[in-house]
Amino acid sequence: MAMDCIGSSDAFKLGILGSIVRRSLDAPRRSVLAHPRTAPPDGRQLTPPPRMTVRERLREKISAAFYRHGLLCASYPVPIILFTSASILACCYPLLRLPLPGTGPVEFTTRVRDYTVPSHEPQGDLGEQPDWYRGPPVAYIQPVLVKAAVSPWDSTLVPVDVFRSPLGRVFSLLEEIRNHVHDDGSGIRSLEALCLQVTDLLPGLRRMQRVLPEHGCLLVSPGNYWQNQRELFDSDPDLLKTVHQHEPKGLHTSATLRDLLFGVPVKHTGVSLYSRKRVVTYTITMVLGSYDARFLSSLRARLRQLHPSVNCSLREDHMVHVHFKEEIGMAELIPLVTTYIILFAYIYFSTRKIDMVKSKWGLALAAVVTVLSSLLMSVGLCTLFGLTPTLNGGEIFPYLVVVIGLENVLVLTKSVVSTPVDLEVKLRIAQGLSNESWSIMKNMATELCIILIGYFTLVPAIQEFCLFAVVGLVSDFFLQMFFFTTVLSIDIRRMELADLNRRLPAEAGMPLPKPGPLRPREAPPPPRPSPHTITLQTPAFRNLRLPKRLRVVYFLARTRLAQRFIMVGTVIWIGILAYTDPAGLRTYLAAQVSEQSPLGDGGAGGLPPHLGVAPVFPGPGGDPVGTLSVLPAPAEPTPLPENQSQGHHGAPGEGVPLVPQISWGAEDEEGWRRLSFRHWPSLFSYYNITLAKRYISILPVIPITLHLSPREAIETRHPQDTRHPPPPSLKTNDLPADLTLYKVAALGLAAGVLLVLLLFCLYRVLCSRNYGQNGVAHGRRRRGDLPCDDYGYSPPISEISPLLLCGHSMDIECLASDGMLLASCCLAGQIRVWDTQTGDCLTVIPKHGLRRSSSSGCWEQRDGWDAVGVAEPENLGGGTEPGGGVFDEGEGYPLRRRTTPRPALFENQPDLTPLIDTNFDSQPPSHLLLTPPRDGFDFGGLVEKAYLEHEPPSPGLTASYPSPLSGPPPQRRRSLGYIQPPAPQGQETPDWESAVWAMELRGNLIAAGRSNGKLELWDAVEGSLRCSNEDGVSGITALAFLNNRIVAARLDGSLDFFTVDINKPLGLLQYRGPPGRSNMPPSPCYSSEDVISCQLTRSVQCAHQKPITVLRAAAGRVVTGSQDHTVRVYRLEDSCCLFTLQGHSGGITAIYIDQTMVLASGGQDGAICLWDVLTGSRVSHVYGHRGDVTSLVCTTSCVISSGLDDLICIWDRSTGIKLYSIQQEVGCGASLGVISESLLVTGGQGCVSFWDLNFGDLLQTVYLGQSSDGQGVRQLVVLNNAAIVCDFGSELSLVYVPSVLEKLD
Amino acid sequence: QSTVRSGSGQTDPSRGPYIAVITNRSTTLVIRGFMLFSIGVFLALVLNLLQVQRNVTLFPPDVISSIFSSAWWVPPCCGTASAIIGLLYPCIDCRLGEPHKFKREWSSVMRCVAVFVGINHASAKVDFANNVQLSLTLAALSIGLWWTFDRSRSGFGLGVVIALLATLSTQLLVYNGVFQYTSPDFLYIRSWLPCIFFAGVITMGNIGRQLALYECKLMSEKTHQD
Repeated sequence: MAMDCIGSSDAFKLGILGSIVRRSLDAPRRSVLAHPRTAPPDGRQLTPPPRMTVRERLREKISAAFYRHGLLCASYPVPIILFTSASILACCYPLLRLPLPGTGPVEFTTRVRDYTVPSHEPQGDLGEQPDWYRGPPVAYIQPVLVKAAVSPWDSTLVPVDVFRSPLGRVFSLLEEIRNHVHDDGSGIRSLEALCLQVTDLLPGLRRMQRVLPEHGCLLVSPGNYWQNQRELFDSDPDLLKTVHQHEPKGLHTSATLRDLLFGVPVKHTGVSLYSRKRVVTYTITMVLGSYDARFLSSLRARLRQLHPSVNCSLREDHMVHVHFKEEIGMAELIPLVTTYIILFAYIYFSTRKIDMVKSKWGLALAAVVTVLSSLLMSVGLCTLFGLTPTLNGGEIFPYLVVVIGLENVLVLTKSVVSTPVDLEVKLRIAQGLSNESWSIMKNMATELCIILIGYFTLVPAIQEFCLFAVVGLVSDFFLQMFFFTTVLSIDIRRMELADLNRRLPAEAGMPLPKPGPLRPREAPPPPRPSPHTITLQTPAFRNLRLPKRLRVVYFLARTRLAQRFIMVGTVIWIGILAYTDPAGLRTYLAAQVSEQSPLGDGGAGGLPPHLGVAPVFPGPGGDPVGTLSVLPAPAEPTPLPENQSQGHHGAPGEGVPLVPQISWGAEDEEGWRRLSFRHWPSLFSYYNITLAKRYISILPVIPITLHLSPREAIETRHPQDTRHPPPPSLKTNDLPADLTLYKVAALGLAAGVLLVLLLFCLYRVLCSRNYGQNGVAHGRRRRGDLPCDDYGYSPPISEISPLLLCGHSMDIECLASDGMLLASCCLAGQIRVWDTQTGDCLTVIPKHGLRRSSSSGCWEQRDGWDAVGVAEPENLGGGTEPGGGVFDEGEGYPLRRRTTPRPALFENQPDLTPLIDTNFDSQPPSHLLLTPPRDGFDFGGLVEKAYLEHEPPSPGLTASYPSPLSGPPPQRRRSLGYIQPPAPQGQETPDWESAVWAMELRGNLIAAGRSNGKLELWDAVEGSLRCSNEDGVSGITALAFLNNRIVAARLDGSLDFFTVDINKPLGLLQYRGPPGRSNMPPSPCYSSEDVISCQLTRSVQCAHQKPITVLRAAAGRVVTGSQDHTVRVYRLEDSCCLFTLQGHSGGITAIYIDQTMVLASGGQDGAICLWDVLTGSRVSHVYGHRGDVTSLVCTTSCVISSGLDDLICIWDRSTGIKLYSIQQEVGCGASLGVISESLLVTGGQGCVSFWDLNFGDLLQTVYLGQSSDGQGVRQLVVLNNAAIVCDFGSELSLVYVPSVLEKLD
Repeated sequence: QSTVRSGSGQTDPSRGPYIAVITNRSTTLVIRGFMLFSIGVFLALVLNLLQVQRNVTLFPPDVISSIFSSAWWVPPCCGTASAIIGLLYPCIDCRLGEPHKFKREWSSVMRCVAVFVGINHASAKVDFANNVQLSLTLAALSIGLWWTFDRSRSGFGLGVVIALLATLSTQLLVYNGVFQYTSPDFLYIRSWLPCIFFAGVITMGNIGRQLALYECKLMSEKTHQD
């Protein structure tokens, strides 16, 4: 099949790049996925077989089209993204014409003279008419602005007189207005007929019931405070109190009752004891339901006639229509907010499912962008074709998103991600796309059908919704196909690149990955003169360990994105405010400016009075003469005010200085502008009339000037009015008036300070404290938490210097330690005992004199290693070993192989080559060509051994074992010059023939298990063989030495329990007292004469069906893990099997148990299980690795695992959630140890690295040798005294961690 | 006042692991019931507000307290009902032996809740020509909801039965004067009530099943261990 060709050629290409080939062999699912159900790779398959139904043919065609489309998208990502962006922008362009969102009212001014009620039908030609200007308004507002003053002011008057008598005149004015009747032959019109009739106030407004009118004309004035009854007013002892008692408590920004009744802002009313200007201003507001020009003009003329305003120059020929936007109140907001919360939850739960991609956040963002811009496109397109949206966008938006959905995007991602990883990116995209094409198309068709059904409900709102949804769906599909697919391909490619960069060793010529965005300030460490350099690793390496959320936070903090967003948002908001001008800000500013500048004042106030007089009279009505002529009789009986005002009219002319000047300025022309923009909506809302999306018309104001004589003021005085003291001083006069302003300012300032503090705290939390310095600070990091950290204390260079323990001639095979002593065994079979404090070599076993030719042993081991090398043919290069080829031919070799190459095993032993060559010469060829029959030669045993000691065996290798393993491992070959070594102890004969497969050290006894099943006990200090047991014949694969018991696991799956008996108790612990500082170790507690015997107490023959791979003992328990997928727990005392733990779906490769009875196991399936040893129940079960779990360590809070995928994962122990993972170098994943609760040490290529477990920070890297590309550290043992020992080729390296020592003290 | 059964606002996703930790079955049941109850109360309040909005075009500044202006026992009743329904659904699935496999994801549940709120929104905000149209539209939407998110026969049957029962009891309450509609138009109320009930039952069932999924996982794990 063509697909296979592509696959293999692709793999070949990758193989050239190096060490990737195995990935093509890696995935077991490849066998499934290489033949995708619906992935026609080329046109050949497009021709359907004749038996196909229409549906299948359609399906084929769709998937073929998707396949090609996927190829296209992945091949030309940049042009396609550009094209998509351009089309999004083009489709959104019509949106520019839509009004900006904002709640400010919009105005439109027409002339009064030829005003007609606008019709409902839109008229095309009226260009400047806004589209809301249709139909009659909700109401016409006719304000009557009254300015009244007592003049001349004389000193006998008390402050209350300033407003009592002027306010008292409101009642006669109201009377006048109510009784005004206009009769022009066509009928008698009165206010009752024209005004807006209101019914009940809304329930819940009981306290307003006495003040606001009900069941009648909506006519509001200050008289409403006293129910429009003069008697109540006259008997009111304290007018100000009456006014104030209706004010809401606290700060109130929207329209208050006082504003509503007075019709002017509070500080302009002059109703105050401290008024300086002594002019009282208020408005009588008439709300008219219908417009009658004649009535209004007659009323205007009548009022003017009664109370002429001489210097009034107000323009009266314009009426203003004010359109109000949708009101969004708290109550409306609650359901809206709920829907948005649901929407976000939906988006969250959806995008959470995106997995296995390079950047989860990026893809989630792309998904959201896809949906949002498809919505925008939908609105834009609908607008383009003349459909104006009438629905509230904010309300239907969440539902649109939910209808369109994110599902397709997720399905796409999932499908693409699950394609085989070894394919080329564009093939992956194409395959993933075509796999899901059918379901995508089906879903889309279903949704379109549902929406079409909705369209035929014939409800306009639903129809509009459906229309938007259809266009949105189609544009969403378009964006998915072009935008999201392309982004996905870019993401996948990035992942591939990152993968390549990570996988390839640096010397392969690949460019190093760029330093991640996180730590740009980290300079690479300067080269150090010391051969043992301690350096931080390169930033690229360090980048991989932080949790993602932290990285995002750091990114935000570093780029100060949040700050910038806030700034930009504020600027935009202010701009929008200034643009839409909701609160009349511009007018207010203009008024302020004109008030303050004398020039503006003179220009505005000086000129118009003279000019303005003339147009006043002919101005208003259509026929002023007619109106005047039909002035009705009832106006006559009120001559008094007319006379009075006439009489006082002359007063200002006489130049009396105390006369308050009543002036009419431009600001009075539209006095309502100074009110809150919520003034009218709140007035109407009291009667359950909404102004949202409707408009009102405000008629030109009728000015009335009232001059009252002091006598009248005194007459109307209430007896209690004189109690008020005169104003103390003029200085403080303006203070109370502006108090609200100060309050607002103070509150604003406080809020601002609070905000700044809050932001500062946030900044401190998010950002690095030492901004310019090295390293990244962690907000969560506590002081003293770490032994050494990035920026605080880092130990001096000289303190961590590895101590090299030289002596072995070959690579180290086994390591064992009890804290004080360290035993190591090399491939040559030589055991050396070291003092861990000083690093001195105490003993060499066998002693030099006794050694026979180690070359044969070496040769034996060598073969074993070669066999390992064979497992990775790509690493073998030339395939120098004939044995390797033979091994490869073994049948039953599974498709699945080890996923991790271990080039270090082979490449790092160049010095062995001559040895091998010599041995080749000395060997007969028949021994070289190892072509064993299946039962003849247990080659797998060697491999097994190698794996056991270094890494757990891989499934591929173990599967190739000959099934009957019970037979004794036959001698591999005759040892040529084999000399029976003299037994100095006399009683035992050390066996040099077979290799040491397992070694344990307790006290000064070394237990060594050999490949021929022999268990030997050596004296660690004297180097003498104390006893030997040859009960078993199968090779000992693992040993556990606890107290006086030794447990040996054998290759055939049996488990042997030995007891070590001495004639006097074994003083195991006494040796630990004085550490040997000299070369001469203190003598052991048992004398050399003591007879030590090792007896097999119990042998569990079939402990496991398959070879035991791991054996651990602690806390009186022995735990074994085997190839047969089970873990068994034995009691040490009586060798009783307590539990058989099942749960893994692969062989057990790693087990951890410690004194606290924590048992963790890892298997070849990549799973890690935590068990409760007391009950045998599984506590948690996580899948962590792609490939075997190679080692496991637990701390009290977390579990650390490493796998064949070179990943070290840190899990939370209680919840089983992965905290983070550390990418290791190739082949070095297996060696790790925990020094303290928060310090992890891992082995690398010629170095060991220390990590902070809490944060995943690399603390230090200690290089073991001079060349950085040394051998990989395969074994690592943590000693009690906070030192670590690791193998380094043929040497051992002892690294002290001094800071940890301090911590432990 | 109108009563509306309800679905989930935000079920805290972070609660999942905590629930998983608790192994006791009855404790889980109580927690689940409580979560469903609170979801029901919350959505009853919110959706009630939506219905109030229909009758009062504009809220005066201090009518915000009218959220609680309806009878106090309405939200608890809705909460109890939703808890019962949410527990009943997985139980019936269990009894019938046909575990619900369709779209078992939180995102799908969220989508369902959003559509449910949308149906309420439409019934409250959209002006229909007549009641028959309103009825038919809502019925179609409700059945669409069931088909999109549930598709189980037991779910449909239970939904219909509970919707009918709830409508009946509401009408009984109204006729006995315990409870009255804000709008005098009985036919109007009756036309949308069953559909809303049905959609609510489906939604709560969906949430209940999703919540029960955690418990199921837990149980299966336990049996596996044993």
